[in-house]
Amino acid sequence: MKIRSLAVKFILYVSGCCVVILLAIIGFNYRFSEGIIMAKIRENAENLALRTVNKIEIELASVKKTADTVADYLEEGAVSKERIERLLKLVVVNNKELYGMGIAFEPYAFDPKSLYFCPYYAKEKSGLVLYNLGAEAYRYFTLDWYQIPRELGRAVWTEPYFDDVLMASYSVPFYQASAQGRKLKGIVNADISLQWLTDIVSSVKIFKTGDAYLISRNGMIITHPLKELIMNETVFSVAESRNDPALREIGRRMVRGESGFVPFTSLARNKKSWMYYAPVPSTGWTLAVVFPQDELFEDIRRQTALTGAMAGAGIIFLVLVIALLAHSITKPLRLISRAAHSIGEGNFDAKLPAVDSADEVGRLSRAFGNMQSALKEYIKRLTETTAAKERIESELKIAHEIQTGILPRIFPAFPDRKEFDIYAMMEPAKEVGGDFYDFCLIDEKRLFFVMGDVSGKGVPAALFMMITKTLLKNEALQGLAAHEILYKVNNILALDNTATMFATVFCGILDTATGEVEFANAGHNPPLVSLDGRPFEFLTVDKGFVLGPMQNFKFTSRKLNLGHGDTIFLYTDGVTEAMDPEKRLFSEQRLQDALSRLGRDKYLVEMIRTVREEVSVFVRNAPQSDDITMLILRFN
Amino acid sequence: MFLRIFCLLITLSFCPAVSAEQAQLKKVSFIPLWKPQAQFAGYYVAYEKGLYKAAGLDVTILEGGPENPPEEMLAAGTADFGVMWLSPALRRRAEGMKIVNISQIVQRSALMLVARKSSGILKPQDMAGKKVSLWEGDLQLQPQAFLRDNGVQAQIVPQGYTVNLFLMGGVDVISAMWYNEYHTLLNAGFNSDELSTFFFSDYGLNFPEDGIYCREETLRDAPQAAAAFVRASLAGWRYAFEHPDETLDIVLRYMQTAHVPANRVHQRWMLERMKDLILPGNDAAALGRLNQNDYLRVSGELARKGLIKAAPAFDSFSIPVQDEP
Repeated sequence: MKIRSLAVKFILYVSGCCVVILLAIIGFNYRFSEGIIMAKIRENAENLALRTVNKIEIELASVKKTADTVADYLEEGAVSKERIERLLKLVVVNNKELYGMGIAFEPYAFDPKSLYFCPYYAKEKSGLVLYNLGAEAYRYFTLDWYQIPRELGRAVWTEPYFDDVLMASYSVPFYQASAQGRKLKGIVNADISLQWLTDIVSSVKIFKTGDAYLISRNGMIITHPLKELIMNETVFSVAESRNDPALREIGRRMVRGESGFVPFTSLARNKKSWMYYAPVPSTGWTLAVVFPQDELFEDIRRQTALTGAMAGAGIIFLVLVIALLAHSITKPLRLISRAAHSIGEGNFDAKLPAVDSADEVGRLSRAFGNMQSALKEYIKRLTETTAAKERIESELKIAHEIQTGILPRIFPAFPDRKEFDIYAMMEPAKEVGGDFYDFCLIDEKRLFFVMGDVSGKGVPAALFMMITKTLLKNEALQGLAAHEILYKVNNILALDNTATMFATVFCGILDTATGEVEFANAGHNPPLVSLDGRPFEFLTVDKGFVLGPMQNFKFTSRKLNLGHGDTIFLYTDGVTEAMDPEKRLFSEQRLQDALSRLGRDKYLVEMIRTVREEVSVFVRNAPQSDDITMLILRFN
Repeated sequence: MFLRIFCLLITLSFCPAVSAEQAQLKKVSFIPLWKPQAQFAGYYVAYEKGLYKAAGLDVTILEGGPENPPEEMLAAGTADFGVMWLSPALRRRAEGMKIVNISQIVQRSALMLVARKSSGILKPQDMAGKKVSLWEGDLQLQPQAFLRDNGVQAQIVPQGYTVNLFLMGGVDVISAMWYNEYHTLLNAGFNSDELSTFFFSDYGLNFPEDGIYCREETLRDAPQAAAAFVRASLAGWRYAFEHPDETLDIVLRYMQTAHVPANRVHQRWMLERMKDLILPGNDAAALGRLNQNDYLRVSGELARKGLIKAAPAFDSFSIPVQDEP
């Protein structure tokens, strides 16, 4: 598509470049900020996770310490049932974080008669309640809180479990020293409600939708904003239902106690997020904090949007400025263009826009104004010149008519004379020429014929030709011989020839009875003759001297006898020196050949026309540079 | 599929026993072996899809669990039909309890031992001297025989309800049901290629598990009802295997009603494994039938352990009513 308006072109190119540049800058800026934010977020996430883990650890540590102290006390030696119960009550009452505590003995370890012994104090809604756990329906030996520390020989936090509220147990084995070594006596079991844990974890707020959750050593989800996941799904079951092997791998790292910062799809909202996870060392749990990606980058996204909007507004402003600027340039240009169009149609007074700026448009406008007035002046002068020229031309046209009018142009010139035929033509190069021919009967039997060529061309030559021709005819009619005619005319012409013009002349007088031709030459081209049926040949002539420059020049006459059908052909140098575009001359040779090819039997008029035709063919499109004049005479 | 169900319904509705009692549905009760889970999907599906009603039965599915052992419910007459494992059922019968196996659902034993490969246990002999946790009671029969057959002396630790002892490294080998605890291990982050598995059925110790039992008098008084119950239950299983998603919806709904933690992924695993156990090798002809060799294997092991004095005759114990007119 061709853009036709300069303004549109400017706007497209400039605003297009600006858009590309701005996009590149904004894009780079976004990526760069994203990198900074990711680094910061990672640090934040790590700090947040570790802070939260610490909070959890502090709570757990106090429970741990209490239970460890009780176990230490029990290892001191045998204690009565009452003391154990009093101790338990004291501990449970004084430790607000405890839900309950029990001391479970190995089979028959407390009382040789009793398989079970497990006093347990719990803070029920109704108050403090003492239970004696252990029965056929409650065989605590295979329960996790008992069996795991027993088999591992160390204190453990068991997997959290649900008992109306989320609970977890810290269980410490205690031993009795004996001769065989340490022997397990039982397990101290501290139960705590994990409500505080849920509170701590759910108090972690990250942006609007970020959250934190805790998973157990087995990958079980212990706390989560999504209630239905709690104690029901593990990271691995979620990974399986999502068919997400990457999540399973993350889960395996989590339960191995590793920490990391990974891309993650949030469980609660199924949103792309980043997750930092860190272990809770004492329990083997893992805390994860989830940063929703869209909110992480919300600030830079907003900033980018704002920057984009500003850039957009800037570009709109730029477009307006360019439009105004372009308009200020193109308006005078349009007006100038319109004026130019108007001038082109001939309205030279077309009003030009008034531009007074110093810039290129102003200069153009002023230059155009100058051009307009110059053009106006020129056209005015041209009009005058043309008028003058037209006048001259019309005068020349009249002169042409006069000139051609004095040459005999009616053929056959002598229809009642069968003894000879004559035909002639003159074709001036300009309106008027310097060539001439003439013929007339001097008396009943003598025919005078002449051909001349005045030096120069145009009006002066024409005037000189008129004089020369008139003089020649006058002298011829006196009955003088050819050389006498030339002699007389030369003297008259030379008398006042201030312009030192001259004319070449060939004249002859035919005796129509005998065929004898008496001829004289004044510097003219030798004619061609065809005698006795031979081809045309150049007639041998005295060179003589041109008429006009020198008085008293003696010319001589020669004689020539024409037989039946003999022909004489006169011409001026306009024929032989006719030039083609390559400046080659038509030449005497070509003329001779052309005439010879025609032979002797053709009509004279046809011969002249054919020669003229050959000259035209030869010069092709070259302008005619000289008058072309030919005369042919045949004696019968 | 629809056509098959439809044909089944037609067949059931033209059953003469049903026609005789068409005026009103026969009330019967059923007790599963445990709380709702995909292990009993076929029965819940048969109920929910109206297969029992179509068979002329008004079935009440009682809530299973540790408080409601089927053997007691059957003995007390509080349940007409119940799910029991073969070995405890055989023992009760040998002890004189008049119960009969009217359909054997689970053909292949799902009981297995699992060990960490990292603990160096790759074959049965590797368990020598290791801590192996076993469930109490009849669930010890196969592992004990397995250890004995492989000449392994292991340190036996009683096993509770969870797999946590194993997960925390308290024992080297743990008992597991393929459809349950094994998947719990996978869902605690173990990859299957990290675990050594020992299926008792692969070691000549295939003890068929879930079967449908009733008192002899129930069968005598209402043989058509028993046959209808078995046939509808089998149809329920077939439907369940062909429509796992719908089945899981049903099972999860039952679990939520019973306030049992409901994990769809776990139940899907369980349903898929039940298909492997109920239709091993996709042998539809064996569906619901107790294999006499299996019976002899279990009764032989019980006798060997001195848990029964003499095995009841196979024909008197197993009465596959699904073929009854």
